Amino acid sequence: MTVWIAIGATAVGCYLVKLLGLLVPAGALERPLVKRLAALLPVALLAALTAQQTFSTGQHLVLDARGAGLAAAALALVLRAPFLVVIGAAVAVTAGVRAVGG
Amino acid sequence: MAEQTSPPAIRTPPTASTAPTAPTAPTAPAEDKADSAVVRDALAVGVAVGLSGFAFGVTSAGSGLSLLQTCALSLLVFTGASQFALVGALAAGGNPFTAAAGAFFLGVRNAFYGLRLSQLLALPRFVRPFAAHWVIDETTAVTLAQPSRRSARLGFTVTGLSLYVLWNLTTLVGALGAEAIGDTDAWGLDAASPAVFLALLAPMLRTGTERAVAGLAVLLALGLLPVLPAGVPVLVAALAAPALLYAQGRKARRTAKEDAR
Repeated sequence: MTVWIAIGATAVGCYLVKLLGLLVPAGALERPLVKRLAALLPVALLAALTAQQTFSTGQHLVLDARGAGLAAAALALVLRAPFLVVIGAAVAVTAGVRAVGG
Repeated sequence: MAEQTSPPAIRTPPTASTAPTAPTAPTAPAEDKADSAVVRDALAVGVAVGLSGFAFGVTSAGSGLSLLQTCALSLLVFTGASQFALVGALAAGGNPFTAAAGAFFLGVRNAFYGLRLSQLLALPRFVRPFAAHWVIDETTAVTLAQPSRRSARLGFTVTGLSLYVLWNLTTLVGALGAEAIGDTDAWGLDAASPAVFLALLAPMLRTGTERAVAGLAVLLALGLLPVLPAGVPVLVAALAAPALLYAQGRKARRTAKEDAR
C-alpha cells in the first residue's frame, strides 16, 4: 500500500509541475535566481542519487562491483557513447566483476 | 524517460540545413523545415530513448515493485529520472513521502521546460492539460530545435507520442523480463539505475559551478547516509544547489564592494 501512496503522490506532483509550466504567464518564473536554482537542483539530485545507488546498500557505505560498472559508464560517457551503450557498459561490467569475484 | 538530452546541450536533431530538401521546399520560407525531416528527427529521439524504458522496467521489478506498479509509474509519471529515483528510494526502505519528494524535486525542471514550450507551441487552453504529460527533456529538446511553430508542434507531437508508446511498452517488457530472470543483481542490472543518473548528469557538468554543486551533493548524500533515515540524505543533498548560489552571491557582493573602494 505504501508503494501505491508513493506512486500516487509522485504522479500527481510530477503532472502538476509539468502543467504549471504551460499555464503560468511567461515571465512569472523567469527571474534569474529562480532559473539558476532550477538548473542546479537536478545536478545536485542526480549526483547524490548516482553516488548513493553505487556506493551503498541500505544504510551502509560499500564498494562493490557496481563501482566498477559506474567507472565503465563514466568511460563510455567520456568517449561520447550513445545512451544505451553507457547503460549497457555499466550492467555488463558489474555482472562481469560479480561473476569473477563472486 | 531516460533523458539523454538535457535541453541546454541540444545534440539530437540535425538542423534544417542538413536535412534533404523536399520538392515543395522552394515555395516555403528559407527557415522552414520539411515535415518529413521533422518527423524523422522526432522519431529518432523517440525510438532511441523509448527503448531505454526496458532498463526502467527491469530496475523497478528488480526493486520489488509489482508489474502493475511498474507500468503505472511509466504511464502516469512519465519522466524517467523521477521514476528511477522513486523505485530506488523505495527499494532502500525510504518512507513513501520522502521517496516521492525526491522524485518530485527531480521533476520540477519540467515546469521550466513548459514555460519555453508554451511560448513556442501556443497551444489552445483546452489542449494544455493533455500536452502537459509530454513536457519532458526529450520533447523540449526536439521542439526548441525547430525553426517554425508548425514544425515545433509537429516535433513535439511526434516525439511525445513515439516516446510515450515505446517507453510504456519497453517498461512492460523489462518488468516481465526481470520476473523471468529472477535475481537481477547477478546480471548487474542494479547498476543500470545509477548509470542512467550519471548519463543524465554528465552533460550538465559544464562549468565549475555545476561541478561544485555535484561534488558537494555527493559528499552530503554519502556522509549523511549512515545517520539519517533512507531517502532523507538525497533531499538534504539537494540543498547543495541553493547553498552554492548563496555562497556565489555573497562572493559577488563582496567583490563588488571591494571594487567600489
